[in-house]
Amino acid sequence: MLKYLLPLGLFVGLVVLLAVGLTLNPREVPSPLIGKPAPRFQLPTLENPNRTIGADIFQGKVTLLNVWASWCVACRQEHPFLVELARQGEVAIIGLNYKDTRQAARNWLANLGNPYEINAFDADGKVAIDWGVYGVPETFIIDPKGIIRYKHIGPITLQDWEQKLAPLIRYLKKKS
Amino acid sequence: MIAEFGQLALVIALLMAILQAVFPLAGAALKVPIWMAVARPAARAQFLFLAVSFYCLTQSFISNDFSVRYVAEHSNSALPLMYRIAAVWGAHEGSVLLWALILGLWTAAVSIFNRGLAEPFVARILGIMGLISIGILLFILLTSNPFERLIPMPPDGRDLNPLLQDFGLAVHPPMLYMGYVGMAVPFSFAIAALLSGSLDAAWARWSRPWTLIAWSFLTLGITLGSWWAYYELGWGGWWFWDPVENASFMPWLMATALIHSLAVTEKRGAFKVWTVLLAIFAFSLSLLGMFLVRSGVLVSVHAFANDPERGLFILIFLGLVIGGSLLLYALRAPAVKDHARFSLFSRESLLLLNNILLVIAAASVLLGTLYPLVLDALKLGKISVGPPYFSSVFTPVTAPLFVLAGIGPLVAWRQGNLAKLWRQIRWFIPASLIAAAIITSIWFDPKQIKSFAALACAIWLASTSLLPLAQRVHLRQGWRGLKQPTGFYGMTLAHFGLAVFLVGVAISNHYSTEKTVRLAPGDSAQLGDYRFVFQGVTEQEGPNYTADEGTFEIYAGNEKIATLKPQKRFYPVQRNIMTEAAIDPALSRDIYVALGEAMEDGAWSVRLYVKPAVRWIWLGGLLMMGGGLLAAADRRYRAIKPARQADTLTEHALTVKG
Repeated sequence: MLKYLLPLGLFVGLVVLLAVGLTLNPREVPSPLIGKPAPRFQLPTLENPNRTIGADIFQGKVTLLNVWASWCVACRQEHPFLVELARQGEVAIIGLNYKDTRQAARNWLANLGNPYEINAFDADGKVAIDWGVYGVPETFIIDPKGIIRYKHIGPITLQDWEQKLAPLIRYLKKKS
Repeated sequence: MIAEFGQLALVIALLMAILQAVFPLAGAALKVPIWMAVARPAARAQFLFLAVSFYCLTQSFISNDFSVRYVAEHSNSALPLMYRIAAVWGAHEGSVLLWALILGLWTAAVSIFNRGLAEPFVARILGIMGLISIGILLFILLTSNPFERLIPMPPDGRDLNPLLQDFGLAVHPPMLYMGYVGMAVPFSFAIAALLSGSLDAAWARWSRPWTLIAWSFLTLGITLGSWWAYYELGWGGWWFWDPVENASFMPWLMATALIHSLAVTEKRGAFKVWTVLLAIFAFSLSLLGMFLVRSGVLVSVHAFANDPERGLFILIFLGLVIGGSLLLYALRAPAVKDHARFSLFSRESLLLLNNILLVIAAASVLLGTLYPLVLDALKLGKISVGPPYFSSVFTPVTAPLFVLAGIGPLVAWRQGNLAKLWRQIRWFIPASLIAAAIITSIWFDPKQIKSFAALACAIWLASTSLLPLAQRVHLRQGWRGLKQPTGFYGMTLAHFGLAVFLVGVAISNHYSTEKTVRLAPGDSAQLGDYRFVFQGVTEQEGPNYTADEGTFEIYAGNEKIATLKPQKRFYPVQRNIMTEAAIDPALSRDIYVALGEAMEDGAWSVRLYVKPAVRWIWLGGLLMMGGGLLAAADRRYRAIKPARQADTLTEHALTVKG
């Protein structure tokens, strides 16, 4: 009898998991980092392994930090939007390339266009852990003092941009 | 008014579904023939009213009735007629209605094609399908009503997502749903068999053609989806391990296991309990896929507009349907006796191995899909699982399947002969390796060990899948040997199709070349054997978009072989830019051109791909589908009272038993 109950038992476990999942929203998690200074890091750049960048890159201007990877499907969807954004030049876009290979990431930028001023190369995802990244793409808005102001999970849509990100960026710019 | 008619028809369909569920199930339990007789007319009436309701929604789209919220949000007066119709299932509400309509279609089909089945059994099957239908129709009416009005009425609609304005996507969901929802038929057969306690060869025989047809549609639906992603998303890939794709792939793996396990249950009377469980799993995974896609628990590219309320509804529905059937399974399965005996080396045990591998494959896809959710729920942080996980887990599980599929049909039921098998196949092993070596060294690079191994596997499978046919021809000394049941040809074709699919994967995954270049009008670029000459970009006016259209002439040597016109489209209503790749298709290779960004002086960045044998992937899918349909058309499924059907399913046996 017991072995015949096994599928039911597994299924009950699955339902509990899914029920918990329903209460969580994968796209909107209040990040404990908002209002805090950007976590310190030191990473080689994607473009040049001998050059490193750190959190001081955020000083003095409003920055959009975009976490991406060449294996990420949703990033593909978001990418043309970032390219367009870079062309308009309203905000500095910095990339954090996440758990990727240099070659794949460079090919991606060569193929699809490069909206990033510079990319930090986080091969094992350790820096991303400090930033509380759980999936790609994610986007942070950082003010000129290096304080994280906003976190967006999932691809940025035109609607997100117009309603949330753009007004915040304009406000931060005006304030500084 | 027409939207209100649609809603009314939907409510009537719900009432019919209730009739179809309550009376036949109660009648079968209490042995009241007149109650059981409700099943057939109620099932057909339900389908009729669903069709009316679906027609009303379609008509609202055709006539641009933007006072209907769903139409206003997903259509536009400039949208061409074909896409206005396809837009009916272009988003959540309409696609659930399509789901319900297709369930109605399968139910009506079962209510017609059931000659020789005992009345209580038919009543139970239709009753269970009615229960499922009640759940779906309540879901539509309570959370996802496509007929809701929008006041005030907007002057024009917000247009269909441009990604979906495409032929491939117009036909992909109906085919996919035919497959998903078709799994409700073997599911209902299995539950009815558990309820009546008659799990036997006749039950398996009745389930087989239905399962095969549903499986064929599912195969076609997935193939179309992959083809669509390839040419429409403009990335040149054909499978992305996205949660939505996985949601369709898991039921396919389970259904594949089910059709093999049903064969054993029918022919040898073995694996009964296991087969029932697979039938439950196949449909459960279809429902689970629906939950994952529509509840918003996972992040996906193609996700529908999400709503936790809907998620909760589907979860409760899932719990009732799957939990109920697994409980019934736990109560009834221990009483089922498997009498069949077979030795360690026999077709039965090889098919069991096939089943185990397929179930592991499905479980690993499920694990990869749910893993981010598990970590999230356990507060261990959030991650996303990408292709690296799937390709490293999936290959070792599926590779033995390809080898096994060639051997299985050569081994006898009950007691196989290992020495005889070895005599039959020994030359195929070196022959496959040599053929793979020759092919890769002539056209490709033999040092790519992965693609070499996959290609050798494919040649092995293609040749051994034809071996049983060759043996039969040899045995009957001539063409009379070709006179085999269509079921045999179906199996052969499907296995051969799997080999064709594998050839496509092996070659296109490893030998595709791509290049991004900046081209000014008149410039040319070389990729592999092909030269691409850029003639410049012109502006084109579409019905609901404007496009920059590039013209490329493709030369092989000095011979012009094709002119390709890729587009960059701008859809003003959704302010969306779409890349329409242009493809010169051939069995040997696809030449694929996509426009990138415009640069100064009329120059463009352009992406060029040459993808050898990529078309074999979808050709293999089509062959597998054809094999499934051929097997379902086997004559013996249509025999009114087969000789071997001395089972409890007949009227007589049931009355004696009861």
